[in-house]
Amino acid sequence: MIIVINYGMGNVRSVAKAIESLGEEVIVSENPNDLRKADRIVLPGVGSFGKGICNLKDKGFLEVLKEEVLIKKKPFLGICLGMQLLAKNSTENGFHEGLGWVPFEVRKFEFTNFAGSMKFNILKVPHMGWNDISFNENCVLFKRTNKKACFYFVHSYYLNISENNKEFIVATCDYGLPFVAAIQKDNIFATQFHPEKSQRDGLNILSNFIDYQYQ
Amino acid sequence: MVKKRIIPIILLKEGRCVKGVNFKDFRDVGNPTTVARVYDAQKADELVFLDIMANHEDRSTLFEVVRKTADECFMPLCVGGGVKSISDIRVLLKNGADKVSINTAAVENPTLVEEAVKIFGSSTILVSIDVKKTEKFGHEVFTHSGTVATGLNALDWAKQVERLGAGEILITSIDQEGTRNGYDLDLVKVIVNNVGIPVIASGGVGNLKDLEDGINIGGASGVSLGSILHFTDQNVIKARNYFKTVGINVRM
Repeated sequence: MIIVINYGMGNVRSVAKAIESLGEEVIVSENPNDLRKADRIVLPGVGSFGKGICNLKDKGFLEVLKEEVLIKKKPFLGICLGMQLLAKNSTENGFHEGLGWVPFEVRKFEFTNFAGSMKFNILKVPHMGWNDISFNENCVLFKRTNKKACFYFVHSYYLNISENNKEFIVATCDYGLPFVAAIQKDNIFATQFHPEKSQRDGLNILSNFIDYQYQ
Repeated sequence: MVKKRIIPIILLKEGRCVKGVNFKDFRDVGNPTTVARVYDAQKADELVFLDIMANHEDRSTLFEVVRKTADECFMPLCVGGGVKSISDIRVLLKNGADKVSINTAAVENPTLVEEAVKIFGSSTILVSIDVKKTEKFGHEVFTHSGTVATGLNALDWAKQVERLGAGEILITSIDQEGTRNGYDLDLVKVIVNNVGIPVIASGGVGNLKDLEDGINIGGASGVSLGSILHFTDQNVIKARNYFKTVGINVRM
């Protein structure tokens, strides 16, 4: 059984419905104790970083998450904000500490056009829409994924790429600069894009997550 | 690089899908969930539902349409029509919307946009702007489904919408809407050139070249279409193939 964590950040329903369509039992829960019964855990999320961390804390998810994911190694999938929250910190509306499970920092897309005042030629923020990714074919998340597959992104902040976090990056995307599209650290997976909104290619990612067994 | 989006707009009236001309004379064009299913199968990049009667009546039919669609179409859904409060937004998101469009209420109460962005994030909040050409104000913003003149210039309002924190603008020309004479490209262009957030062009598409112009001349991040999907033999697949042949970066 998969638990989708409902911590008041965005549309958990879509994630649950997408997983359900693959024939899996899903429970949307705001009760941290339910995580103990789960086989797999999904942390979705849309909204601001600070509020996300705050809600996880206030609703009592932090300790249980650590126990179930970091110690018991239950398969975990973070989506969008649910990925960003795993990072060390974010500069979204002030400086906020994240869960620190992976050594990334969350930064804002900022494009300035020095050539003139017209904004036409610069990239729009948020990065919104379908984009290509380059992915590691050995990562189970991308099993059966077509090289030309596109995924749906909606975000103004991204996970930075650096020497000390490269080993955890399993997919990158490009929007003015290369940024992290997906990560894996042991049983922990996360995507910046929304698999639950990426039609067939997205459902395939979710299906791969469901099939994954930690060894 | 991010793809240009092809976005069917589904107008809703009393739970049915309708289509009019210049915001009037609406015709019934089908069951919205069925229509959405077809667009999903054709790999539309996103869907927009706008309830044109939501200002006046019970909204439960809208919620049901959104819920049904979200339960089987795993693609981005933007929903609007009569959104007046934070709780309206919350209910739509809970029923399966990914983004919520605010129109009249944004003009009447701009702090609603600001507040909504703080709570739901800027990428969740789209502001929809309906525009008619008038002698006095040039491109003038109209609210209440195009019936009330505001005296606001479209560009000034779009800039303010960006400052309020909205993540996207849907710009609709009332003059062009439903006419199949093409977008108001001057309008699209001036907005795109002066805001830093994505802009979706809307109103007037009659053929695939109009969509191309929305991207290549207007500079829009996404192009919406309605009438040509309902009343001609064009569809999303043909639009995408056409984009490929003219070199616009779209999804394969």
